[in-house]
Amino acid sequence: MDDAGAWRLIVSADPALYAIVYLSLKISLSAVLAAGLIGFPLGALLAFSSFPGRGAVIVLTNALMGLPPVVVGLCVFLALSRSGPLGSLGLLFTPTAMIIAQTILIMPIIIALTRQTIEDLWGEYRNELLAMGLSPLGRLIALLYDARISLLTTLLAGFGRAAAEVGAVMIVGGNIEGFTRTMTTAIALETSKGDLPLAMGLGLILIAIVIAINASTWLLGAFARNRMG
Amino acid sequence: MAAITNLPLLLRNVTYRTGGQTLLDDISATISNGAPTAILGPNGAGKSTLLHLAMGLMAPTGGWLSWGGRTETSPIRRAIVFQKPVMLRRTVRGNVTFALSQAGVPSKELENRLQSLLQRVDLVALADRPARRLSGGEQKRVALARALAREPDLLLLDEPTADLDPAATRAVEQIIAGAAASGTKILMVSHDAAQVRRLAGDILFLVKGRLRESAPTTKFFSETATPLAQSFLRGDLLTEA
Amino acid sequence: MKLFPALAIIAMTLTSAAAQEKSITVASTTSTQDSGLFSYLLPIFKAKMGIDVKVIAQGTGQALDTGRRGDADVLFVHAKPQEEEFVAQGFGVARFDVMYNDFVLIGPASDPAGVMGSKDISGALVKIQSQGAPFVSRGDKSGTHMAELALWKETGIDLGAMRGSWYREIGQGMGAALNTAKAMQAYVLADRGTWISFKNRDGLTIAVEGDQRLFNQYGIILANPAKFSWVKKEAGQAFIDYVLSQEGQRTIADYKMEGQQLFFPNAKH
Repeated sequence: MDDAGAWRLIVSADPALYAIVYLSLKISLSAVLAAGLIGFPLGALLAFSSFPGRGAVIVLTNALMGLPPVVVGLCVFLALSRSGPLGSLGLLFTPTAMIIAQTILIMPIIIALTRQTIEDLWGEYRNELLAMGLSPLGRLIALLYDARISLLTTLLAGFGRAAAEVGAVMIVGGNIEGFTRTMTTAIALETSKGDLPLAMGLGLILIAIVIAINASTWLLGAFARNRMG
Repeated sequence: MAAITNLPLLLRNVTYRTGGQTLLDDISATISNGAPTAILGPNGAGKSTLLHLAMGLMAPTGGWLSWGGRTETSPIRRAIVFQKPVMLRRTVRGNVTFALSQAGVPSKELENRLQSLLQRVDLVALADRPARRLSGGEQKRVALARALAREPDLLLLDEPTADLDPAATRAVEQIIAGAAASGTKILMVSHDAAQVRRLAGDILFLVKGRLRESAPTTKFFSETATPLAQSFLRGDLLTEA
Repeated sequence: MKLFPALAIIAMTLTSAAAQEKSITVASTTSTQDSGLFSYLLPIFKAKMGIDVKVIAQGTGQALDTGRRGDADVLFVHAKPQEEEFVAQGFGVARFDVMYNDFVLIGPASDPAGVMGSKDISGALVKIQSQGAPFVSRGDKSGTHMAELALWKETGIDLGAMRGSWYREIGQGMGAALNTAKAMQAYVLADRGTWISFKNRDGLTIAVEGDQRLFNQYGIILANPAKFSWVKKEAGQAFIDYVLSQEGQRTIADYKMEGQQLFFPNAKH
C-alpha cells in the first residue's frame, strides 16, 4: 500500500472502512450517551449535596478523569470474562462490552465537569430558584436544562476521550475483524503489520471525523446560545 | 386555598449575625396591607439582608418572622426581585413561562397569562430575545414579570431602579405602582429618598442593622424625629457603613 | 436533547450482539492474523458452512489463557508443549496438527554479527550474544517467544546470566517486534508468514533460515464443553473439521503472498 492507500480506500468507498468508522462512532456515541444519562444527574447531585466525605468524592472523580483506558479495559475484561462475575452474560468480545468499557472510562469526566458546571450555575441561580419555591428535583432539572450548552461541551470532552482510546476497546473487544474492530484498534493493527502509511491514513480519517463532530457541536452551541442566551 | 396570605408580615426581635458581624440587630416591625412600605437607609444598613429574611431565603439567627400567621418559609404567593436579578439562559418568554409553571399555572392557561404579563411589563416585542442579552432596565422588567407571575400578595423589591436611566426608572415605577394599586403589598428597599416619597406609604429607616425610625412617609419627611434620619436626608450619610 | 435515536442505537447494539447466533470465537495468534491467512480462509468457510468466525489475535500464551478462562470456543495456536498441557489439564478436548511454517532469524542488512546465510541457528545466536549485537525478543509468552527461548536453551547460553543491554525484551506482538528491530538495527526471531506480509521491511533481511530447529507447528483445539457449558461445540467442531479436511488443507496451501506459500498443511488423515 503506497502513501495514498488510505485515501484510495475512501475514494473507492471501501465498505470495510465504512464499517469500521460506523462501528467506532456507534460505540463511542453510545458510550457518551450512556455516560451522559448517568453522569449528568450524578454530577448535578454531587453539586448540591453535602455529606461527609464529599470533598474526597470530588477529588476522586477529578482524579479518575485520567483513568488509564487499559486499566478500565482490564477491569471490564475480568468482570465480563466467562470466569468473571458477569461471565454468564456472554458479553466479552462484543460491541456491548466496548460500550460498557468506554462508558466507565468517560463517566468521571462527565461527572466531574457536570458537577463544576452545575455548582457554578447553582451559585448564580440559587436565590432566584429558591424564591420560586423549586423542589430539589425541580432545581436539578432546571439547572441541567440551563447548563445544556456547557454540558454539550462536557459530552464532547467525553466523546474525544472515547474515540481516541485504544487500550480498553482492544482488551474487551478483541479487535475482531468486521465485528469489534474500530478506528483505533485498526490503526494499532496496521502499525503492527508494518503498514505505516495505511495506519497514518486511518489516523487522519479519525482526526477528521473528530474535528467534524466538534465543529457541528460548536455550531449547534453557537446557534443555541444565540437563540436562548 | 384563597385563605393563605402573607400579611401581616411580623418581624419580632429579628437578629442576623454572620462571620462575627451583626448585620441586623433586634428588629421588630409589622408589615400590613396597604400602600408600599420602603426600607430606607444608607449602604450597609442591612436592607437587603432584611429583604432576604422577609422572603424566607434565610433564617434569622435570633428572633422570628411570620407571614400571615405562618412561620413556615415556603414562598407561597410571595415573590422577590433582586437588586441584580439573574436571567435564566432562556428567552424572555422562557423566563416568564418558567416562573408561571413554577407558580402552578396549568399549561392550558400559560399562553394567556404570559401575554398579559408581557403586556403589563411592556416586553411583548422582546418575547423571543435571549433574556441575558437585554439591557439592565429590560432585565428588571423580566424579573418583575417573573415575580408577578406568582400573583403575590407580598412583593419584595431590592433597589428596583438602581443603575437605570430615567426612562427605565419611570417604566419600572409604573409597574410597581400598578401592582400596588391592584392590591399587592410591596416592601421595597431603596436609598433614593425621592423615589420613596413618590411610591411609599410608610418607611422603615435602617442604619447599621438597627431600625432607627418607623413612620408614615409624609410624617418622615415633614418631621423626621432622629438626627440620623435628618442627616441621611441631607445626603451626608449615604455611604456610611 | 434527542434521546430516541440514541437509545435506538444502544438497543441495536445490544440486539446485534445477541443476533450473532451462528458464530464462534477463535483465540489465535498474531501470526495467523497478521499474515492475512484468516482474511482468506474465513470467508470461504463462511460461504460453505454459514458460520461466522470471530478471531481474537493474541500471543499463544495469552490465547491459551483466554481459553482457560472459557472465553473462546476454539484455539488455533503454535506452541505444541503448552497446547498439550492445556488439553491434559482438561481445558481442551483434543489437539490436532493443522499446518506448519518456519521461523526465520531476521537481521539488519549490515549484519553486525556476521551470521548472514548461515543454516545453523544455534551458532548464529552464540555469535550474536558474544558480539553483543542487539537482539529483540517478543517477551510476551507467545509461541514465537517460547520457540526463541527454547533455541537459546539449546545454545547453552544462560540468558538469565548473560542478559545485557544487547537483549531487549519488548513484551509486544510480532509486528511491533519487527518495527522495533528495524528501528534498533537488531536481530529478531519471526515466523515466516508475518515476515513475508510485513510491509515495513526496508533495511531488514533474512539472516538465518532452513535449520530444522526453526520448524513452527500450528495446532487447533476445541475448548472443553464439559468444563465450559457455553462452548459452541457443534460450530466449533465444524470449523476444526473443515480446517483439517482435505478441502480446508488445500485452501491453506493455496494462500500465497508475493507468490510465496505461507503455511504448509500437515493434518494427519
